[in-house]
Amino acid sequence: MFCKQNPAKVHLTQIVGDKMQKVDLCEECAKQKGVNDPAGFSLADLLLGLGASQEISSGEDVKCPNCGFTQADFKKAGRLGCSQCYTTFAEGLEGLLKSMHKGVKHVGKVPVALRHSRDLNDRLKHLQKKLDRAVTSEDFEQAASLRDEIKTTKDQINQLAVK
Amino acid sequence: MSEITIHEFLSPPVETARRSGPHDRIVMSSRVRLARNLRGMAFPLWAKKLERIKALEIIRPAVETLPQLTGAFSQTMDSLGALDKQILVERHLISREHAAKTAGSGLVLNKEESLCVMINEEDHLRMQALRPGLQLRQAWMAIDQVDSELERKLDYAFSPELGYLTACPTNLGTGIRVSAMLHLPGLVLAEQINQIISSVNKLGLAVRGLYGEGTEALGNVFQVSNQMTLGEVETDIVERLNKVLLQIIEHEENARAMLLEKKPKIVFNQIGRAYGILANAHSITSKETMNLLSLMRLGVDLSEFPGAERALIDELFVITQPAHLQKQFTEKLVAEERDLLRADMLRDRLRHVSRPNPKPSGGASANLDKRN
Repeated sequence: MFCKQNPAKVHLTQIVGDKMQKVDLCEECAKQKGVNDPAGFSLADLLLGLGASQEISSGEDVKCPNCGFTQADFKKAGRLGCSQCYTTFAEGLEGLLKSMHKGVKHVGKVPVALRHSRDLNDRLKHLQKKLDRAVTSEDFEQAASLRDEIKTTKDQINQLAVK
Repeated sequence: MSEITIHEFLSPPVETARRSGPHDRIVMSSRVRLARNLRGMAFPLWAKKLERIKALEIIRPAVETLPQLTGAFSQTMDSLGALDKQILVERHLISREHAAKTAGSGLVLNKEESLCVMINEEDHLRMQALRPGLQLRQAWMAIDQVDSELERKLDYAFSPELGYLTACPTNLGTGIRVSAMLHLPGLVLAEQINQIISSVNKLGLAVRGLYGEGTEALGNVFQVSNQMTLGEVETDIVERLNKVLLQIIEHEENARAMLLEKKPKIVFNQIGRAYGILANAHSITSKETMNLLSLMRLGVDLSEFPGAERALIDELFVITQPAHLQKQFTEKLVAEERDLLRADMLRDRLRHVSRPNPKPSGGASANLDKRN
């Protein structure tokens, strides 16, 4: 129950894909949240105000070191304080994100600069593995050229970081 | 650039109502919105005033100098009057939440009113592309391009795991909200609308009223949008919604055809009464106006009003709203006075529209087949 004051009279279930979400509300809260109006209501919005705050309140007194936001603030506002809050409250948020979204891992657009640095990092890892193999098989000629490549890639990564 | 007022900048409703797009008989407009934030800075609702102003000062010049926004209207929200903000809401250019903002928030809007960036709404950046009719893909491509250019100038809060970090976890990941505004009088009259809403909800999509979150479906206008933003690629979200919208369009057309065939008298009665009141009333509220204009719009679609165009009805939809009406008069009007002036305006604008001329089922459905 949401407000924890009045008995729950409105019970909602929404099925999205294979996930079922349930919320119990008293009449007052149901009215406030616009549950009686089929056009204006969606369970995800609702969950934000209630399920959300319940799930996130697992560990008490955690405060975001960047912006000073607390779990109590999230409970009140249903919004986070800054981008770092996602790291600060990561544990409590996981369940919430799972109930709310299709997945918990971003698969969409990535800023070009990051995409570039991600590609370079992947390349670096790949080159390092090749180098290890070359060293083990005592192919020093190839190892030398791999070292050069690794150096160039590292320089590129450092250049990106400076930008 | 910002010397002119927003009222002078906006195209008159008589022009905006003429913008047309695919399926605009049912789909009034398409919109794709992206939410973005700056790394490390407190989100607008949590930030102190000075932090908000600082974010605005970083973002606004970056947005203003985009090639797509050359000659745009750019202003801080505290320099806009309450009435002008309300006009922007009635034009669906900003959210009601953004209209309530003052110092530290801003707005950049291009001349065509097809790109609109809200600065420091709930997120640091809420940028949207708008198109008439069903044009979700075009809207996505336009806003994707704006976003790609902005990311070179601004340090976005982005995590490889969670994507774009937003104030509200419901927008996390892609930060995308794809939506369309639909006019669905057929489904409402046929009493199928609740069924449609519940099946659309089951697909993880939201159905809302005319002004978005928590508003009622005035004038049989509904907004359909995606809810999930994490774990799915933007283009998939766009395509999925597009597919659902095409289905809703089909259901609406079927409902109209079915009503004409099985319950023509109900349809003709509703449209005739709507015309009667709109063209003859001496006092009318904006809510009643919207609901009746919706029926007249249906009448135009069914060719009941030869000579009257849909654009006229769509224009009336806008100019009969409270802020637009108030803007035409210098003195402050109370609701009752507005109701009188609104009725005067409607009688005047509809005086050349002759009363509806319903066609029997055969003729009407032949007409239905011709569209699009």
